[in-house]
Amino acid sequence: MQGYILKRVLIAIVTMFVVLTVVFFVFRMGAADPVSIMLPPDATPKDAQKLTKKFGLDKPLIVQYGNFLKNAIRGDFGASFRYSEPALTVLFSRFPASLELGLVAFLMALSIGLSIGIISAVKPDSFIDRFGRVFALGGMSVPSFWAGVMLILFFGVTLRWLPIAGRGSLLNFIMPAFCLSLFPIALLTRLSRSAMLDALKSDYVVMARIKGVPEIRVILIHAFKNASISVVTVIFGIFQAMILGSVVIENIFSWPGIGRLVLTSFFFRDYPVVQVYVLFVTFLVVMFYLLLDIVYAYIDPRIRYQ
Amino acid sequence: MPISTLAFDINKSWRLNANYTVQENVFGFLYGYEADFQGLFNRKSYMFLKKGKKSSEKKLRVRIPYLGLGCLGLFFFTVIFANVISPHDPYEGDLADSTLPPAWEEGGTTRFLLGTDMLGRDVLSRLIHGSRISLLISVGCIAFYGTLGVILGLISGFSGGRTDMIIMRLADLWSSLPGIILLFMLAAVYGPSAKTIIITFGIMGWPYYGRIVRGESLSLKERDFVRLARVAGCSNLRIMVSHVFPNIVNTVIILATIDIGGIIVLIATLSFLGLGTQPPSCDWGLMLAEGRQYITYAWWLVTFPGIAIVVAVLGFNLTGDWLRELLDPKQKLR
Repeated sequence: MQGYILKRVLIAIVTMFVVLTVVFFVFRMGAADPVSIMLPPDATPKDAQKLTKKFGLDKPLIVQYGNFLKNAIRGDFGASFRYSEPALTVLFSRFPASLELGLVAFLMALSIGLSIGIISAVKPDSFIDRFGRVFALGGMSVPSFWAGVMLILFFGVTLRWLPIAGRGSLLNFIMPAFCLSLFPIALLTRLSRSAMLDALKSDYVVMARIKGVPEIRVILIHAFKNASISVVTVIFGIFQAMILGSVVIENIFSWPGIGRLVLTSFFFRDYPVVQVYVLFVTFLVVMFYLLLDIVYAYIDPRIRYQ
Repeated sequence: MPISTLAFDINKSWRLNANYTVQENVFGFLYGYEADFQGLFNRKSYMFLKKGKKSSEKKLRVRIPYLGLGCLGLFFFTVIFANVISPHDPYEGDLADSTLPPAWEEGGTTRFLLGTDMLGRDVLSRLIHGSRISLLISVGCIAFYGTLGVILGLISGFSGGRTDMIIMRLADLWSSLPGIILLFMLAAVYGPSAKTIIITFGIMGWPYYGRIVRGESLSLKERDFVRLARVAGCSNLRIMVSHVFPNIVNTVIILATIDIGGIIVLIATLSFLGLGTQPPSCDWGLMLAEGRQYITYAWWLVTFPGIAIVVAVLGFNLTGDWLRELLDPKQKLR
């Protein structure tokens, strides 16, 4: 187990390093010249030279790369052009809002998706099963941004029941959280249903029933624990989908999180913020992947003894 | 029958499943009716089965996703005949006709069935032409990463050893990263466009195909015809290209069909955010984004593009599910 974890940590570090390198070369080699973006149109070439020197852009690329890595380890990713603050500070000031929305949506997806999935596997062709199947199909086929716009049109513009933008009260949560969890719910419902159907048909469930284990225990302990392996696999997919989802949903509902920040920064050509966003999201994803790998090995012994 | 040969070619293990029971399909309208394989569109056979009689047990029985095929048919109809059926030019509008509501609303005219946008362009024509853009970009994406995946998967499965390990590690690493970050980077450098999207997905999407192709080629490698080819003196490259690849191509095409629905949603999402195709393109996502500013008084501008997306995606998803079931009988009844 220890060797396994060590290997995973090593892979995570390598991934981070590769992404750091790619980010550096893409942003430095590409069209995103920070000097031309930052200077006002009436600046003299001398100003440009001064700024180039200040950023260390006159040094050879490899030296710049070294400086970039050194600064990255210290957590310094340059200053935002728009906010004249360190880009990382700007990002962190927006992150709690995203985390809040993401957590609510994630918990919603887990609770609703899993319970519909389990119930429909236990009682196939019941009302919940039928509802779940239509919902799963809908969640896969209806783009979340359109769902968001339609909700705004219906509950915000026509009925005027819910606030259409911003963050603050509990009412603000309803529409964004629902839209963000739409696809995850569909995915989880579908997956947990099929995994539970498989598990309920297996010999150990039959055995447990013969032993006289209470049905609820059979379902939740015996069957679900085995079904949860494939659920854990899909949770990573959900996490990835929610990163793109957060950019979309935060922009539709003017939610002041990092998804909205990165898109507006992108259109303002505020590349340090975009760069920090890319690195931060990669970091989150890598950490999540690592955690999931460890959980996976914990649930499924076959993996850790490979 | 073309479909039966297709099914057999795709997966040799596909057999009549003896335990396959016909369910009372309440969602027939949605998921398709059970039908005899020999009489594909024969509703009678469905009625017959529903009575519980065991009909012609040895026949292959397959359900037909009518709704899915219908949506798909509509989608391809608009793609093929876009120039013929669209009533107006999708890019030209008269400002005098700005934001007219659909024909059945008060103030609407039959000249513009689904209304017009703020520049007076006909919404229906734009939707019809938008189907071409959706298909073009999604097929572009899939062709790009499908090709990359097939090449890397073949190399990986065929050479084995260190090459195999490196490619598969790369695939693991790649698939753990979210595509949006690469898109932000590429769009920052090259500007947001359809090309950027295709390149991003091309780079991000290959691991999935790569893994599957690798798995298939690993088992094909041990087959007699490959060994015979080797005895006959074929080079590795030739074996890969003319002996292994033809056996994989069906699987890849089916995988692509299953994928297109999801890709269309993604492309529309990115265009909606302004990271995809740029105005005056009539991409559905972009139309929605443009209509969003006028949401308070022009509901049709945000409603119809969404419906178009849902119809297209539903068509591909339902048909894809159906194909998946055909490929893998174990998935049946789920």
